[in-house]
Amino acid sequence: MASYRSIKDLDWGLLLIALLIAAIGILQIFSAGQGTKWKDLWWKQIIFVCVGLVLMWIISSVDYHTLLGQVPILYGATIFLLIVTALFGVKIFESRRWISLPGGFLFQISEFAKLVMVLLVARFLTELRTESMHWKDLAKLCALVGVPMLMVMKQPDLGTSMTYLPILAMGVFLAGLRWQYTVLIAAMAIVLIPSSWFLLKDYQKSRIQTFLDPSRDPKGDGYQVIQSKIAIGNGGMWGKGVTHGTQTRYQFLPVPHTDFVFAAFAEEHGFVGVVFVLGLYFLLFMQIVQNAQTAPDRGGMYICMCICATLLFHLLVNVGMVVGRMPVTGIPLPLMSNGGSGMLSVFMMLGLVNNVRLRRFVN
Amino acid sequence: MATRIHDNPNDPLNPDKLDPSILHDDTNYASSKIAFFQYISVAVFLFLIAGFWKLQVQNNELYSEAADRNRIKATPILAARGKILDREGRTVVDNHSSFSVYLSRENLKDDHLPAIAAGLNLDLEELKGRLHRFRLRPKYQAIVIKEELTPAEISFVESHHDPDTFPELELVHVQHRLYPRDNLLAHVIGYVGEVTEAELDLADFAKYNQGDVIGKAGIERQYNETLMGVDGQRQVVVDNKGNEREVIGYKEAEPGRSMQLTIDLDLQIVAELALEGRRGSVVAMDTRTGEVLAMVSRPAFDPNKFAGRIRQKDWDEIMNNIEKPMLNRAIQSNLAPGSTFKPLVALAALENGIIDEKTTFTCNGGMNFYGHYHHCHNKRGHGTVNLHQALAQSCDVFFYNVGSRLGIDKLAALGEIAGLGKESGIDLPFEYRGVLPSSKWKARTLRQQWFPGDTISVAIGQGYLTITPLQLAVMAGGIAAGGVWQRPHLVKDPARIEPRKSGVSMESINQVIYGMYGVVNQGGTGGVARLPGVEVCGKTGTAQLASNELLKSSSRLAAELKDNAWFVAFAPRVNPEIVVSVLYEGGGHGDQAAPIARDVMKAYFDKKNRNVNRLPTLALAPHGAKGFAN
Repeated sequence: MASYRSIKDLDWGLLLIALLIAAIGILQIFSAGQGTKWKDLWWKQIIFVCVGLVLMWIISSVDYHTLLGQVPILYGATIFLLIVTALFGVKIFESRRWISLPGGFLFQISEFAKLVMVLLVARFLTELRTESMHWKDLAKLCALVGVPMLMVMKQPDLGTSMTYLPILAMGVFLAGLRWQYTVLIAAMAIVLIPSSWFLLKDYQKSRIQTFLDPSRDPKGDGYQVIQSKIAIGNGGMWGKGVTHGTQTRYQFLPVPHTDFVFAAFAEEHGFVGVVFVLGLYFLLFMQIVQNAQTAPDRGGMYICMCICATLLFHLLVNVGMVVGRMPVTGIPLPLMSNGGSGMLSVFMMLGLVNNVRLRRFVN
Repeated sequence: MATRIHDNPNDPLNPDKLDPSILHDDTNYASSKIAFFQYISVAVFLFLIAGFWKLQVQNNELYSEAADRNRIKATPILAARGKILDREGRTVVDNHSSFSVYLSRENLKDDHLPAIAAGLNLDLEELKGRLHRFRLRPKYQAIVIKEELTPAEISFVESHHDPDTFPELELVHVQHRLYPRDNLLAHVIGYVGEVTEAELDLADFAKYNQGDVIGKAGIERQYNETLMGVDGQRQVVVDNKGNEREVIGYKEAEPGRSMQLTIDLDLQIVAELALEGRRGSVVAMDTRTGEVLAMVSRPAFDPNKFAGRIRQKDWDEIMNNIEKPMLNRAIQSNLAPGSTFKPLVALAALENGIIDEKTTFTCNGGMNFYGHYHHCHNKRGHGTVNLHQALAQSCDVFFYNVGSRLGIDKLAALGEIAGLGKESGIDLPFEYRGVLPSSKWKARTLRQQWFPGDTISVAIGQGYLTITPLQLAVMAGGIAAGGVWQRPHLVKDPARIEPRKSGVSMESINQVIYGMYGVVNQGGTGGVARLPGVEVCGKTGTAQLASNELLKSSSRLAAELKDNAWFVAFAPRVNPEIVVSVLYEGGGHGDQAAPIARDVMKAYFDKKNRNVNRLPTLALAPHGAKGFAN
């Protein structure tokens, strides 16, 4: 049983890159927290990383086929916990996203639901034996992903719910879709996205309007983006140096430890630092893609690719937001943003990827 | 569903038990799709990096400045204006400390404005208008919204400028201008005020910034550069709540330099009191140097009302006053000088050989010239008079004759040397030139030929001729000084300007001075100006504002347009020191103006005598040494 799961077989490249990014994130949280009420967050982040490593190891140890086998239970549990969250969750800033655990920890189900969505999509699509999806299967899968997605959206947490979409999209893309369907979906999207404007809440509408024109509301919603862009631009080529970013230090940059951590990093480390860290992310993603390519079966490939898709989506939306190229959504930057549930869920995803790698030599 | 994956659910970890036909299949079919995803990834990274390139490399400076604007807050340290002193070093204009409240506009929330306006007793609309006017200035520069805070307003600011209430408020200690009471010297000093938007558009004001307090009139304006000083600045780093984190720059204010005027406060006060309640002007000048010793204009205004930002009510009141209190009549009234002009006519005639001291003309109360009958002010006539009598009695007929023989252009030539028809060059802004008519002047301005009849009126100081009280003082002072016309000035030791010398013979001068001596001391028209112990020479003037025919047609007009009383005098007759010109608008006759000049001269000589008597005792008393007592 342990013959092909030696320490040597671990994806050391993946792990080292992830830890390097996490370390940079901790440094940035430390720097940004100097002299603020967030000054102790950096060591909490270290604890999250350690717990994440343990979870990663545990996830790696359980064969992913077993996990795929438990999808109905996992899915049911997720729905149940989302209902619990909706009913008894802790309300912060007008949204109910967290379950309170003993010891003062807040547990965000929607983050862990990402893993379940990955497994769900992988399991569902491996059971299909066709070259391309039938529309009934597509509808079924959309419904299965759509239920938790809508529940998270209702918390309300549009950002996190959106992160399930790339998982679904990547799965469908890999499973194959007749071009007629693709056209149909594209047509529906063109019709539905504008009409969904009327379903959005006022703050969401204003975020999109502000994204299109940040100067519309420079004191309110636009403030974050404007200050984030100033912080990034202030960094210049080489950056202001650790703890010397004025936008970060004097708190003009909002939440420099969570959603805007990359803007704080960009101010203190400049364009060179940005390219370095984005390069690390790129290596991380390509490592995951490589694991997908060497996966022993479709299930493993789906898992790796879906994880890669959702992580890339996180990066695009978060970094795109701080640099002013995406609207403001509360999507954290994987491995860098402060936040326990997010950090743990990323390490668990990496655990799943590692899990697939460990089993690549089967047969 | 779950059971289909595992042969044995009890051994889920054993992949050998899995059905390979279900799970183990070919993944190669997806390789092109994975490659496609890799390209997408590359595109995403390039998209993001391009965003950073644009912000960090291309527009680094722009955003650095924005970051600096965020964190660096500059508050002005206002420079105190220089004091203004009189010729003996007594303070005329001082500063007093007060507090102003500044509004920082970076973190300004519009909904704070009503509460701030209420707390500071400001009109909300006025406050908003002010913010609007300052919208183009950099946001990190705070703007003043109220000066001269009362203790209640100071405590309002102090208790509300914490980060949680109105962090945009800032209390700044300022030096405020303090002018003398009772409008003393108001027109000479002028006043300061905030530079207006219209002024900022002018080239001369380009060096000032919105919000600067600059001299608007008088000495304050003329010597603004010297008096103003340079504001300092304190630069601090603030966080997003407006809390100060560190001080990064501190530049002391350079206070403005003090200025010493030539004005003698003692004389000034006497002159102001003498003219009080009347409309007009008094100018006293040192004939030897051109130093202005006193300059009064009435009615006056209170410069303290202008010292900060003037209240609209006060402004309207001053601007709508038909008596024009803002006008400095000493340099800004163009009026016919009447008979006070005759000494110059006499001098020109003597110099040009038209008359000598023996020349006589007969006055029968009027005379016909060029088809018009011209009255003398004495309807019964002065009989046969020579120059001395003509000056002393101010006989118009004598001067009609002199003028018609002299001709306008010879008169104008001397008039120009005496400083008429042009700015005297005194160091005050907005001086009027007056009119010194000549044939050339008439051709240029009226496009008409000069008629000999025009000269008849000018010869008695009427007609086209207009002068200011200062010009009259300069003109008479130059005659007194023996034909040396000084440039009048108000600040000690400005760049020395060579006086204009006419080359007039002392003989002619003495003839004129002798006539002016007769005016005061030999039964002339200005006898009231006589002073015991001092030989005062002078000349009265009664200038008509409208012709007699017009006055007869309207009694109301007659009351409003009463003749202006003029008097100009200098003393002593030998080696004169002081010249005083007085304009008493609507005074009726020149002898009404003469006592005012007399009072000023009396004050001058009383003070001089006091000082002469006192100085030796002061010098000798401490030593008691015989050697000094010579």
